[in-house]
Amino acid sequence: MKAAPLLFGLLALIAWEAVVRAADVPPYIVPGPVAIISAFAAAPLSLLAALASTLVVTFVALVVAALLGAILALAMSVSRLAQAAIQPWAVVLQVTPIVAIVPLVIIWVGYLVHSPQLSTLITLVVSATIVAFFPVFANTAEGLASAPPELGDLFRLYGGGRWQTLGLLRLPAALPYFLTGLRISGGLALVGAVVAEFVAGSGGFASGLAYTIQEAGFRLQVPRMFAALVLLSLAGIAINLGLGALARFVLRRRGMA
Amino acid sequence: MLTIRAVGRRFPGGIEALRDVSLRLGAGDFVALLGPSGCGKSTLLRLIAGLDRPDTGALDWDEGHALGPGDAGFVFQDATLLPWATAEDNVFLPLRLRGMSRGRAMPAVRDALAHVGLGGFEGARPRALSGGMRMRVSIARALVTRPRLLLMDEPFAALDEFTRHKLQTDLLALWRELGCTIVFVTHSIYEACFLARRIVLMTPRPGRVTRELASTLAHGPDTRLDPAYAALVAEVSQSMERALEAG
Repeated sequence: MKAAPLLFGLLALIAWEAVVRAADVPPYIVPGPVAIISAFAAAPLSLLAALASTLVVTFVALVVAALLGAILALAMSVSRLAQAAIQPWAVVLQVTPIVAIVPLVIIWVGYLVHSPQLSTLITLVVSATIVAFFPVFANTAEGLASAPPELGDLFRLYGGGRWQTLGLLRLPAALPYFLTGLRISGGLALVGAVVAEFVAGSGGFASGLAYTIQEAGFRLQVPRMFAALVLLSLAGIAINLGLGALARFVLRRRGMA
Repeated sequence: MLTIRAVGRRFPGGIEALRDVSLRLGAGDFVALLGPSGCGKSTLLRLIAGLDRPDTGALDWDEGHALGPGDAGFVFQDATLLPWATAEDNVFLPLRLRGMSRGRAMPAVRDALAHVGLGGFEGARPRALSGGMRMRVSIARALVTRPRLLLMDEPFAALDEFTRHKLQTDLLALWRELGCTIVFVTHSIYEACFLARRIVLMTPRPGRVTRELASTLAHGPDTRLDPAYAALVAEVSQSMERALEAG
């Protein structure tokens, strides 16, 4: 049962290769798996360097989004004024298509940061952060309000103050929600990093996988495009599994899973 | 210790949870608030705990009986434990909220756990405990402050019958030993008759106290087979039926 997805994938790859060969499809239209692997093997370092640069943007954006999301959710949960002030803007951020924001981010960051290398990196991180922000923010906010009302009553009954309730009840109750949000945000940070790079290019900053895909596309190096795509998808899977494992590990240690 | 005078409570949305409810609680009483859902028994319990305020009427505490933090313990229908905390930490919570250090609280915490028969389970998390054991932790948490008043809101309703019987018997033993006052909300006639010295019948729409019956049941090892228990159950059932018809 566990091997089923692997086996299916393998069969699909074999079928794919077979169809490509039988129909004699040129590799610049649809390359077979063998051509894709050779494209990777031909220049593994440049592809891995591009992956590393995309992952750096993804990781930094995820950390910033997690911190920002958690802090703003916390602010909302302790102050109604903060909630009224923050909530609508968070939704605005969520519903605005990121592609449309990136050009603005480029201009602002370029105005503030003069080193082109740094300004590109910051543009990418800011854009990816915007994409990754909402799930961790919304989940944490929900988690902070998730403790059953009876427990709130109990804290009141024993004279628990607002900060005690926060530290002993609401924060620990929010942890699983935060981790769920983090997992979703992890995938979105990667999406954001790639989308932002498509729009911003990577002038100056070591180019990432999105740039690799674009560049290979211009040169009709379709197998290389596929290789970059496969790396992206593997990175996405690794992020998802990694954050899932982190959540399970933490929650098991806390006796909550 | 407490006189409830003509208390009324109406919730936003117009539902009249309580109308003109009067009741006296004496120190050491074991009172069951018995009635179908919607009769306001939980609302009344929350008023006594100070978790809610009446719209009309008043709760007058006798001289020196007013509740401070820790003077009342509350047990909910669910055990409502902190899932990330051990049994010991869950029982420690009320003392912790009052600023007591862990070291100073531990003897009381251990003692409370031992009282509910959970000695040896101090380090267990709620997930590792059965429903009945979780409820025992919840009761230990309510007892750890040595409350004068124990308020229980259908604490055993979600448990299976065997566990419920055991916990009922143990609760009676605790009540006799600790001598606190217990107000016990239930919708089970059997439970009310088995446990309480005073059975207060409540009817819904609006929630009000219809009648009160006293129990003189002498508890022995097989109270549930006692004809006096059966007679009390029959009497309470008939009173309840009549009250509901009249309402």
